[in-house]
Amino acid sequence: MADLTAAAPLTTADGRPLKEALARAQRRAKTRAFLLVAPLLLFVIVSFVIPIAQMLHRSVYHDGFSANAPAVSAWFAANPPGTPPDEAAFAALAEDFRAMKAAKTAGEAGTRVNYTLPESRSLFTKTARDADRLAPPYRDAFLAVDPKWADPEVWQAMRSSSSAYTSDFYLSATDFRHTADGGIERVEPRQRIYVYLYIKTFVLSGVITLLCLILAFPVAHLLATLPMAKANLLMILVLLPFWTSLLVRTTSWMVLLQGQGVVNETLLSLGLITDSGRLRLINNQTGTIIVMTHVLLPFMILPLYSVMRVIPPSYVRAARSLGASSWTAFRRVYLPLTLPGIGAGALLVFILAVGYYITPALVGGADGQLFSNMIQFHMSKSNWSLAAALSAMLLAGVLLLYWLYDRLIGIDNLKLG
Amino acid sequence: MKKILILTTALTGWAAAASAGDLTVMSWGGAYGAAQTEAHVKPFAAKTGIPTVMVDSDNPAAPIKAMVEANNVTVDVASVEYADAIRLCDEGLLEPIDASTLPPGSDGTPATEDFLPGAITDCGVSTDIWATVYAYDTTKFPADAAPKTAADFFDLEKFPGKRGLRKGAKAVLEFALLADGVAPADVYATLSTPEGVDRAFAKLDTIKKDVVWWEAGAQPPQLLADGEVVMSTAYNGRIFNAAVAEGKPFQIVWDGQIYENEMYVVPKGAPNKDQAMEFIRFATSTDGLRAQAQNISYGPARRSALKEELIFKDGKTVMGPHLPTAPENMKNALESSWEFWVDRDAELNERFNAWLAAN
Repeated sequence: MADLTAAAPLTTADGRPLKEALARAQRRAKTRAFLLVAPLLLFVIVSFVIPIAQMLHRSVYHDGFSANAPAVSAWFAANPPGTPPDEAAFAALAEDFRAMKAAKTAGEAGTRVNYTLPESRSLFTKTARDADRLAPPYRDAFLAVDPKWADPEVWQAMRSSSSAYTSDFYLSATDFRHTADGGIERVEPRQRIYVYLYIKTFVLSGVITLLCLILAFPVAHLLATLPMAKANLLMILVLLPFWTSLLVRTTSWMVLLQGQGVVNETLLSLGLITDSGRLRLINNQTGTIIVMTHVLLPFMILPLYSVMRVIPPSYVRAARSLGASSWTAFRRVYLPLTLPGIGAGALLVFILAVGYYITPALVGGADGQLFSNMIQFHMSKSNWSLAAALSAMLLAGVLLLYWLYDRLIGIDNLKLG
Repeated sequence: MKKILILTTALTGWAAAASAGDLTVMSWGGAYGAAQTEAHVKPFAAKTGIPTVMVDSDNPAAPIKAMVEANNVTVDVASVEYADAIRLCDEGLLEPIDASTLPPGSDGTPATEDFLPGAITDCGVSTDIWATVYAYDTTKFPADAAPKTAADFFDLEKFPGKRGLRKGAKAVLEFALLADGVAPADVYATLSTPEGVDRAFAKLDTIKKDVVWWEAGAQPPQLLADGEVVMSTAYNGRIFNAAVAEGKPFQIVWDGQIYENEMYVVPKGAPNKDQAMEFIRFATSTDGLRAQAQNISYGPARRSALKEELIFKDGKTVMGPHLPTAPENMKNALESSWEFWVDRDAELNERFNAWLAAN
């Protein structure tokens, strides 16, 4: 047998080398498998990968100024940062303004500069209206239109807008800004918001995940251990809200929690609170936590249930019979076995919570807003680049946590059902 | 199975075809959307035979950029705030409107002279003049000690209870300054300085703990009706509708009102651009503006529309005293400055959001 393999390669019954035949058979199977996943792959690329790539691109790209003011952009490229604008710079700017007036794009260019320096937008539209009257010497002509043209901050803002690729939006998204001399500094304390909200969003999502876990664990255990008929009934109670529209659930919480709502009225009639001491359960952070915990609860219960259902009850019984107290049996035997479910549920709830925005928008009031509400805000104000930068930060945070999870617990231990 | 498939395909195909042909108007929903449906959408469809539908939005200006950039504009006419009409026009997201094609007033005055100053812009025509006012629940205060001025809104001692305010910098900062005693003429000059902005936020700080923030125009009447707040800023027409049409005990305080034009605009690349222009000509004619003002208490921006008395659709309420433009309502009124907001919107809202999030 040994010298046979050495002498000639193995062949199939019809005389072809075995290796080749195997490879061919496998290739066919692989092609078929690929063709079967191809529609999904295409769908994921078109509806997921491309939009995310576009979003990331938009967070570093804005050609509103550079495309409409090519002459002065060229001047910026030719002169190092900090160069005071000379007559040539003003002449280039005048040329751009005449073009912008003709093409009606001054608003577009001004919008881009306005992102970096407020109040530059009206400076642009105003100057464009007078563009035909700009004549040499250009510096004086510009200053006659508006003395702000002498402000080095305006020129710095234009410089940082002059290249289509920019880190400006990430600076804004982390509460930084450009200074007149080209450096960066943190914005003043009362303008700082994104870093604070970013941290708060992750902390709140952690709290919500923890609350979900605490509430879901006993329910899932009950579901997994009750006789089938009762378990099914209980399962329907879990799934019913899961199938109900998110908006319906959120608004019914508003009815329950508001100042004149069911909860407060009940407590009042029981004499537990006074009329002036009604609990503030909605339009604040408390409201966000309560409602989001409820909305996300099924995402914790279902993975936990699917894991607990297949844990044989004999394991705990065995531990008990060998002398473990019920707490030790739970801690050393049952809990470790449910870890894949806890991991899956926690990851699912946490990632969903980090990106949630409808619920905080409806019940969060002032201090219950999350990071995603800022993204939505900038989308609606058509500052898409900043919205994209904020989204990218959120994505990075979630990916980082996913990586940490993989390192600490291992993604193979995840069991979704 | 195959039959069902064909049927559903046919149905969706039919639905798509129908929606492609329909003229779509997007407005603010609630009482305002209903008024524009009654006054403009239905009569236009009846007159021209063009199927016209109304869709609602919390702010019709918000989706326009997304639609134009995605090259998938599904809205032909949108009703947007004045500053948004200017901003979107500057950004090339709206179709220009030729003012010379607008119909003359009922008395023959050319449109450009008939409309109030500023009511026609490059890309928009005014559909009405509306105001942000505040209103209170009359059952919560005795008639002789009811709030009367903007300052009273911020007086928690004399008028205890929760306040409703729109979540956003616009009209809120101005209102705070008006309440703090700044004359309407000086409001924007004050707000242009860092000290002025600080002053506005300091005023808001005095009631911050008792504010319920609203976003959609339909919320303030609801908050008042639910007893969640005792007074709230609101769009005046919504309060009028709740008070007059639905008999709610709400009273508007006109002191410190902030008014502006609401504009009909056409998003760039609207599928039915020509019909959209025809719709705007129809809706902003003297009769069109009068019809809207008979449905909701927002003032028409044409002089010819104000010549005869306007009567509410209930047949008895005279609209004149309920309009933001009525002389007795204009005593301490501020015209919202689009120039200010086009420039400072991003910056002040960022500050506002930071202020809201901080405790």
